[in-house]
Amino acid sequence: MANEEVKLFRTWSSPFGLRIVWALKLKGIEYETVLEDLSNKSHLLLQYNPIHKKIPVLLHNGKPIVESLVILEYIDNTWEQIPILPQDPYERARARFLAKFGDEKLLSSIWSVFVKQGKEQEEAIGSAWENLKILEEELKGKKFFGGDTIGFVDIALGWTVNLIGILEEIIELKIVDEEKFPLLCAWMQDFADVSIIKDNWPPHDKMIAKFLAIREPYLAGSK
Amino acid sequence: MAEAVVLLDVSLSPFGSRVRIALAEKGIKYEYKEEDLKDKGTLLLQMNPVHKKIPVLIHNGKPICESLIIVQYIDEVWKDKSPLLPSDPYQRAQALFWADFVDKKIFDSGKKIWMNKGEEQEPGKKELMESLKLLEGELGEKPYFGGENFGFVDVALLPLYSWFYAYETYGNFSIEAEFAKLVAWAKRCMERESVLNSLPDKDGVCKYCLNGRKSAGIE
Repeated sequence: MANEEVKLFRTWSSPFGLRIVWALKLKGIEYETVLEDLSNKSHLLLQYNPIHKKIPVLLHNGKPIVESLVILEYIDNTWEQIPILPQDPYERARARFLAKFGDEKLLSSIWSVFVKQGKEQEEAIGSAWENLKILEEELKGKKFFGGDTIGFVDIALGWTVNLIGILEEIIELKIVDEEKFPLLCAWMQDFADVSIIKDNWPPHDKMIAKFLAIREPYLAGSK
Repeated sequence: MAEAVVLLDVSLSPFGSRVRIALAEKGIKYEYKEEDLKDKGTLLLQMNPVHKKIPVLIHNGKPICESLIIVQYIDEVWKDKSPLLPSDPYQRAQALFWADFVDKKIFDSGKKIWMNKGEEQEPGKKELMESLKLLEGELGEKPYFGGENFGFVDVALLPLYSWFYAYETYGNFSIEAEFAKLVAWAKRCMERESVLNSLPDKDGVCKYCLNGRKSAGIE
């Protein structure tokens, strides 16, 4: 479909924005990127997402779609080549469930490990491991969550591949260790090797600096 | 072909109610199992080991969890009757967005009201009223959020409407006075047969909230 205007409003680092990059690139969709500075949101962003005022926002022929998982479904419904969601309704429900689990329970447990210290951090690690075990189970017999190629769940959980490593480097603690999570570690490597993923990671040093700064107030609070 | 459909639920749950409405809209026969959340059954723990929550739909032995995901599943499997989501991708995305908005903004704000008292209720009240204003704006002049037809967002919001009476009672304020369009919308929805026996009983909800307040020592 020619002459379709596709614009993606995102930031340089947000994993939610990156999901949309991956989906668009996977389907071979041409688009324009608008990089936002969240401390100084553009009037266009506020116009297209007045309710949440967040990125990512996908603009397709002038119409905005917001909330990254909603955007992924929209992309899959609109451009049917290389489907992201499975065909079977039960598998689709499972994929949506895992994506939501990743965004809610898993993300908050990983974040707790990052910002807490001492005994609280130990407990947070326990919770994070319980949540990671669910992903480990899900990968049994599969290379990717989507099977032989990446799909909705891989894209939705892709934030783990980049962000967890950054956080682990800062706190000098391994959360996803290979002994406990062999399949997950293999998946992370395979996912990172996919060309559309590899070519779009945010710069490593910039990410370290960003999350070091985010962690500061939590450290100060504990002194 | 008889398909085994089982719903693990709790009658007062607005989330379970969404699934009951969707099943009724599609005319699906199912077995209902009321759970005791203080003493969760083996089946529930087996079918939803991740969250251990209701509702859980079990279809031919396979579990589907999270109420909006279940409703979307029902819509996709029994697609020939009473479609709940629009077929147009953009309209569909709008419906998914607003259902997600309802999920994020209503129940938790409501809880901040009935689990608190006096001044501490103010943030919850403010959030709730702001969210309802946005929802009423989205409804506009349409009979349903789904347009001419009862749809996904209607299913998402309607059971929460049954909890408004409890919010109003313990928050000592009136939602109905401010949102005439939503009241009219709810009345219209409640005329549907699918909705009649599927909504949480508002007096039961009040009792539940009262017990919560007593346990928290605020009543």
